[in-house]
Amino acid sequence: MAKYLLLKHYRGAPASVNNVPMDQWTPEEISAHMQYMRDFAARLEGTGEFVDSQALAPEGRFVRSDGAGRPPVTDGPFAETKDLIAGWMVIDVDSYERAVELAGELSAAPGAGGEPIHEWLELRPFLGSQHTTTE
Amino acid sequence: MNEALLRSLTPSVLAVLVRRGADFAAAEDAVQDALVEAIRVWPADPPRDPKGWLVTVAWRRFLDSARADAARRRREDLVEEEPVPGPAPAVDDTLQLYFLCAHPSLTPSSAVALTLRAVGGLTTRQIAQAYLVPEATMAQRISRAKRTVSGVRFDQPGEVATVLRVLYLVFNEGYSGDLDLAAEAIRLTRQLAAAIDHPEVAGLLALMLLHHARRAARTAPDGSLVPLAEQDRGRWDTESIAEGVQILQAALARDRLGEFQAQAAIAALHADAPTAEETDWVQIVEWYDELARLTDSPVVRLNRAVAVGEADGPRAGLAALAALDDSLPRHTAVAAYLHERDGDLAKAAQLYAEAAHKAPNLAERDHLTRQAARLNARRCR
Repeated sequence: MAKYLLLKHYRGAPASVNNVPMDQWTPEEISAHMQYMRDFAARLEGTGEFVDSQALAPEGRFVRSDGAGRPPVTDGPFAETKDLIAGWMVIDVDSYERAVELAGELSAAPGAGGEPIHEWLELRPFLGSQHTTTE
Repeated sequence: MNEALLRSLTPSVLAVLVRRGADFAAAEDAVQDALVEAIRVWPADPPRDPKGWLVTVAWRRFLDSARADAARRRREDLVEEEPVPGPAPAVDDTLQLYFLCAHPSLTPSSAVALTLRAVGGLTTRQIAQAYLVPEATMAQRISRAKRTVSGVRFDQPGEVATVLRVLYLVFNEGYSGDLDLAAEAIRLTRQLAAAIDHPEVAGLLALMLLHHARRAARTAPDGSLVPLAEQDRGRWDTESIAEGVQILQAALARDRLGEFQAQAAIAALHADAPTAEETDWVQIVEWYDELARLTDSPVVRLNRAVAVGEADGPRAGLAALAALDDSLPRHTAVAAYLHERDGDLAKAAQLYAEAAHKAPNLAERDHLTRQAARLNARRCR
């Protein structure tokens, strides 16, 4: 029973095997890809392993405090930022092996030519809660 | 309304339905419906006979759904049959429920969820909140678990060890949200101990009570961890400790040692020491030796190295540690602690920082970071 984050990158991850950018797919290929993602999430809900899934806009702003009584400062977007998160899925599974298995399946979503993308997904464990008997 | 009472009635109500011929999965759904109904209705209109009320409502629910099924499947014979009432060995049925919900064909998370619902009487929503997953996910996890055990005969005896592992998992989850899973695990283990005479069940109950007794002292008001040696022992729950020790002694007297009894014995030795300095580390090392013989777990040998460090000095502890695989979880944290005790503060600070990086949870990471910061601040002065 551990939660993992499956992170999908716009950029910053190693290149996919089927590395054709999405804007060069056919509309049907895009639909098939989206359907695969929805089916995957629905299946995980069915197995009792789904927690959350979100997609992110590619452009964001950086924000920081500028001191009490002053509005926060914003900056960006920075075109040169190397790492760009596209979205995530959170799963709750019995083992690391199961998390790897599911990440592998998600990575096989179809892309150009209907072929699996085989993209790299980043798998990160959540920091869990303190266990009572490991004092 | 007394929710504890409601929950304690769950397994026996479920057992009544199963005994009347309902299959486990359908009966469990019906009991869950009845519990939700009770939570709604009882506050304004408490029943005189809570169990009778639950049985009546659950049985009606079961018949409704069986009728709906029968209409589809033309299977009306069961539905028309009147229930055969009458007293029955409720204790044995409760035990069977534990076995079924911890059946070896279930994954640990499914067994935990099913146990909390069918034996613990918690609602799917409460379990989902405790484990921080959506309710729909938890509902699916539970219904899959029920499908998995649907072929298991209700009267088949199970293994106590698998049940204990499930309860231990629940206990270790502690508490998140509104639900106190540690307290729930204690309640379920106590109920199990009443249903079966087994020294390891007693050992687990004792272990839980002894750990639970220290809970208030284990965290500072700001939520940070307080290590055992620094805990305010005045805040330990002496009643819980006394009960745990008594249960443990009775179990040990039967001379059928198991890992939970050995772990409880170690917890009892800690609980017994008026101050950290007075801890009987020599005896604790002996219990770890016993535990290592019983389980051969690397985690046990890691804890043993800490105990050796206290009993025979940090050098001896480091020597024991050197024999272990340094990729073990918390290996670095133990090394940091022993090096600090040995006076090598620079090395200890570096190892604490490294251990913080590898920590599996936030509380430990914060604690280890603070240890590194404390040593670094001292060295800079």
